[in-house]
Amino acid sequence: MSESKSIMIVGVGGQGSLLASRILGNVLLSQGYDVKVSEVHGMSQRGGSVVTYVKYSEGKVYSPIVELGEADAIISFEVLEAARYVSYLKKGGKIIVSDQQIDPMPVITGAAQYPADIVKKIRDKGIHILDLDALSLAKEAGNAKAANVVLMGALSNIMDFDEQVWLGAVRACVPQKFLELNLKAFDLGRKAHFAE
Amino acid sequence: MKQLMLGNDAVARGLYESGCTVVSSYPGTPSTEITEAVATYPEVYAEWAPNEKVATEVAIGASIGGARSFCAMKHVGLNVAADPLFTSTYTGVNGGLIIAVADDPGMHSSQNEQDSRHYAIAAKLPMVEPADSQECKDFVKAAYEISEKYDTPVLFRLSTRISHSQSAVELLEREEVPLKEYKKDPAKYVMAPANAKKRHVVVEERMQALKELAETTGLNRVEDADSDIGIITSGISYQYTKEAVGDKAGVLKLGLVNPLPVKLIEKFVKKYKTIYVAEELDPIIETHVKCLGISCHGKDVFPLIGELSQRIVAKVLLGKENPFDTFEEDVPIRPPVMCPGCPHRGVFYVLHKLGVMVSGDIGCYTLGASAPLFAVDSTVCMGASISGLHGFNKARGLDSAKNSVAVIGDSTFMHSGITGLIDITYNEGVSTVIVMDNSITGMTGHQQNPTTGKTLKGDIVEKVSIEKICEAAGVKRIRVVDPFDMKETERVIKEELAAEEPSVIITRRPCALLKYVKHEKPLIVDRDKCKSCKMCLKIGCPAISIQDGKASIDETLCVGCNLCKSLCPFDAIQSGEEK
Repeated sequence: MSESKSIMIVGVGGQGSLLASRILGNVLLSQGYDVKVSEVHGMSQRGGSVVTYVKYSEGKVYSPIVELGEADAIISFEVLEAARYVSYLKKGGKIIVSDQQIDPMPVITGAAQYPADIVKKIRDKGIHILDLDALSLAKEAGNAKAANVVLMGALSNIMDFDEQVWLGAVRACVPQKFLELNLKAFDLGRKAHFAE
Repeated sequence: MKQLMLGNDAVARGLYESGCTVVSSYPGTPSTEITEAVATYPEVYAEWAPNEKVATEVAIGASIGGARSFCAMKHVGLNVAADPLFTSTYTGVNGGLIIAVADDPGMHSSQNEQDSRHYAIAAKLPMVEPADSQECKDFVKAAYEISEKYDTPVLFRLSTRISHSQSAVELLEREEVPLKEYKKDPAKYVMAPANAKKRHVVVEERMQALKELAETTGLNRVEDADSDIGIITSGISYQYTKEAVGDKAGVLKLGLVNPLPVKLIEKFVKKYKTIYVAEELDPIIETHVKCLGISCHGKDVFPLIGELSQRIVAKVLLGKENPFDTFEEDVPIRPPVMCPGCPHRGVFYVLHKLGVMVSGDIGCYTLGASAPLFAVDSTVCMGASISGLHGFNKARGLDSAKNSVAVIGDSTFMHSGITGLIDITYNEGVSTVIVMDNSITGMTGHQQNPTTGKTLKGDIVEKVSIEKICEAAGVKRIRVVDPFDMKETERVIKEELAAEEPSVIITRRPCALLKYVKHEKPLIVDRDKCKSCKMCLKIGCPAISIQDGKASIDETLCVGCNLCKSLCPFDAIQSGEEK
């Protein structure tokens, strides 16, 4: 197996995982890694479950996708999605999850139940899972849509790159008129107190 | 300087750097971004055509006119373009011509999983297949060289994971390629039988020459290893293979996937005890290898359906799998849904309520088939809603026409709905067609089309009128309604179903995701008035759910379209306050 590192960003279509993956990809490329980012376009974007893969290596990254048991970290924008993709986590990997809950259509129609206490159940397996209220922090920064950048701030705590590198990536990826709000969102995410 | 680029963006960059000047495409996931990206270069003329057949013909015409030209489409789009494709083989090119086709193994956004390599074989065309973004760019240049040297269009095969993955690309300057001289040459460009018979000979001679190219081209690459195992692969399957086995197996990576080499393969397999062919979808390389009398593993160990991955390759070749934890409870699926404020939602609610047969089509409104709307009965391909309904009504008689409709979007109607409508009026049909006009090509991510009044490059142009086209096709009953007014929508649908002649209902309201569409304040539920009757859940809006026994509206999702408000029998849903 090649020695690339794998990060998954999972959530619900429309939550802004593309921007998050672009910021992360920008950070990694600026540090000299070979990088691949695999995105989701088209039908599944319409409120469906979406997953983005970010892979990097000091050597070469081959496959752009992440498979079962391979992810070093999973960033989940929504609680149910953390449960859906937990099997992709490598043994010893970490999960960062926003504690937002969005009912999928089968739950709305009553055909299925949203499982209770997902974070606790994952933690009870001995998995390192950090949860935070990214939505409230994003609102505090000025816009609920910035939850994606809050989560990148949280991710920056568990990766070994200088804060300035991250801020440079946010500047490179976010339009000027939303920059200040997103820099604040990043900062709030980076300083967030995790429940562990 | 290297930068991260989507495979599709890298194809566009390759077109720019190679001096391409004319691009015509129809959007289709996963191919769409190529044409959007190439349109940002002022040096390249780029357009959205009404469908893939037209796009391909535009590119063929531009090539005959001496320009390096290009068109892109998804795999099923190549079915639409197959007619010009097969004869462009005979005419050959003047300026270089590349026809890109993006397959969708795993059907992330498609109605079938066809393997477009069959087209290269059937149409007798060379096909290249890149394996990352850098190759996407480099192979465009190589494809133009092959096209002009061998006087042939070149098929350019992509797949979802190549098109929609970003990897590092080295950017270069554009090389201008002057327009080639145009000379009238009927023997080459007029494919009537007398000329075509002679051109077929040229096609077969060219294929022989391309077979020789396959033995030596740099597009094919051998990566030997000290191992008993040799693997023949191409495209994304190469990446999965390398990630799984690294340097523990020899690899023959094919970049030219039609025609396939013979001597190169024979030489490669001699160095290894066991040969595997790793390819997604159909066993095309495997069949070729077996026809050479070489024993190999392929679809006996790898799946015929869906995508490959490094995990599947590692399991087969190394018997190795990563351990992982699982979440033991059932995790409810999260299917895609119509967006909050979608103008299609109310129409499907009404159709479901009326219990009519709905002949569906390709676009966002295919989502009208899902719970809780369950409105759509059939979906086959672009345009099939209208012609399919005509057939359904001819089979089942006049009464069936009073209980069935076709639904089709504005862009799909332009693509291939018009001919079906003409079939209805011409052949004395009485069917009812609903054109859901949301003023954009929605599912593929907002591309302009002839009805929107804007071109790909952003120029303002005259809108093609859906009403006038229907009128010219002989439809006398043409109605326009606002789908947010569900009572009126229902009344009009009932009237047109009852009418014993063809009718078209245009439900017109722009897509809720368009930037110019103003959203209202989120609605709120008065918990005292809510009787938990769940009427509001019947429209399948992702913003409404039941929380603590009462309806609840998610303020981050709701755009205040009022559909749920008009359904609530207890007046419990109210306009939101100014935030």
